[in-house]
Amino acid sequence: MQHLAADNGLAGYVDRKRRLWLFSLMVPGLALVGPLLYMLVSPNVLWLWLSTIFGYVVIPMLDGVLGEDLSNPPEEAVPALEADPYYRYVTYALVPILWVSFIVNIAFLGLYELPWYGTLAVILATGGSLGFGLNLGHEMGHKKTGLERWLAKITLALGCYGHFFVEHNRGHHRDVATPEDPASARMGESIYRFVFREMPGAFFRAWDLEAQRLERCGKSVWSLDNEVLQPALISAVLYALLIAWLGIEILPVMLLIAFWGAFQLTQANYIEHYGLLRRKEPSGRYERCQPHHSWNSNHLFSNWALFHLQRHSDHHAHPTRRYQSLRDFPDLPRLPNGYFGMYLLAYFPPLWQRVMDPRLLEAVGHDPQRINFLPAKREQLMRRYGLSEAPLDGAGAAA
Amino acid sequence: MTRYQCPECGYEYDEAAGDPHQGYPAGTAWDSLPETFTCPDCAVRYKEDFRALEE
Repeated sequence: MQHLAADNGLAGYVDRKRRLWLFSLMVPGLALVGPLLYMLVSPNVLWLWLSTIFGYVVIPMLDGVLGEDLSNPPEEAVPALEADPYYRYVTYALVPILWVSFIVNIAFLGLYELPWYGTLAVILATGGSLGFGLNLGHEMGHKKTGLERWLAKITLALGCYGHFFVEHNRGHHRDVATPEDPASARMGESIYRFVFREMPGAFFRAWDLEAQRLERCGKSVWSLDNEVLQPALISAVLYALLIAWLGIEILPVMLLIAFWGAFQLTQANYIEHYGLLRRKEPSGRYERCQPHHSWNSNHLFSNWALFHLQRHSDHHAHPTRRYQSLRDFPDLPRLPNGYFGMYLLAYFPPLWQRVMDPRLLEAVGHDPQRINFLPAKREQLMRRYGLSEAPLDGAGAAA
Repeated sequence: MTRYQCPECGYEYDEAAGDPHQGYPAGTAWDSLPETFTCPDCAVRYKEDFRALEE
């Protein structure tokens, strides 16, 4: 690694995380390890739980033990970091890992007799790996090169979620932390309620955005240029081939896996902007997304596994910035654990509220005009936390 | 014909080339883009944030 410190545009900066990004390949690859150990070593169902246990137990513990990293690359090193192809190659390498993992797991389910808890384990593990695929599609889908955008579509197609590439970049980033965004959770909204808004909202926003774009282009919404249809066709062909090989019984299993993959994204969306609200300006437009409109986590291990997704404020400020250059800033809204630990918390809404509501109130200075409330719970939450409507400072009312 | 640049991500809108992928054919003037135009690459900068580039 020492040679990196030489005159290479990094201004003497050595990226200590350079090799550690390989965790972003290994952790998603765990879903492949379970069935391989079952087939090649011993037919023990416990192997199949490996990646799920790793995600829910080991990663939150590692985040607790290894702690946080507050270091940033210096700004003058960023252009060289962004240009270094190594970081891109790491993301490219994950695409075949996820495809092989998905196909091996589906074939394993189709060809092996498993008890119900074995099937459940494979569904959770494979769906979890699709969650990592969504994270990878997210990283690549934000980039400007045609290759990366196509790799994003190919990766997202595994879980029938190619529309994410459209709706996230042009919808979520535009509407984030406003009541208009189906992918920003509201204070008082449980994850189980959020998912009913988030999943359909994502699809229809993507479809509408593409319909508008294609109309401007003078093309039919059913044209092959529709970037929702392109990955959907890849999904249809892949699923059809797997059904032809393994029988129609595999379809409900694949759909459950795709749902669990999409739910990984729901979880991330749920925690990334919970309750945070951009103010409306007198013009009727929302203020630009600021760093304090996203929740962040600097926990080392989960960031290595997720291409720095958890440095979310910098991502929203600079969406095309590559993962290796994302920075932390002081005084950002902070999560007490990495995403994986926070997902667990979100499964228990009373616990989630107990941990997150005080943090949210602190992050917004107890100002209800900076809170994205679930409308039905607004009055109740205002009373519970003793909030009062502060006098308006010329800005429009909140949600 | 002028080029306009997104101050966040460097995306350039060149009036001569337009942005056919977004549905703005070559020769589409900056002024005739809708007021709701946001940067097609980063989506976080509005039309009024763009800078005209000196030729």
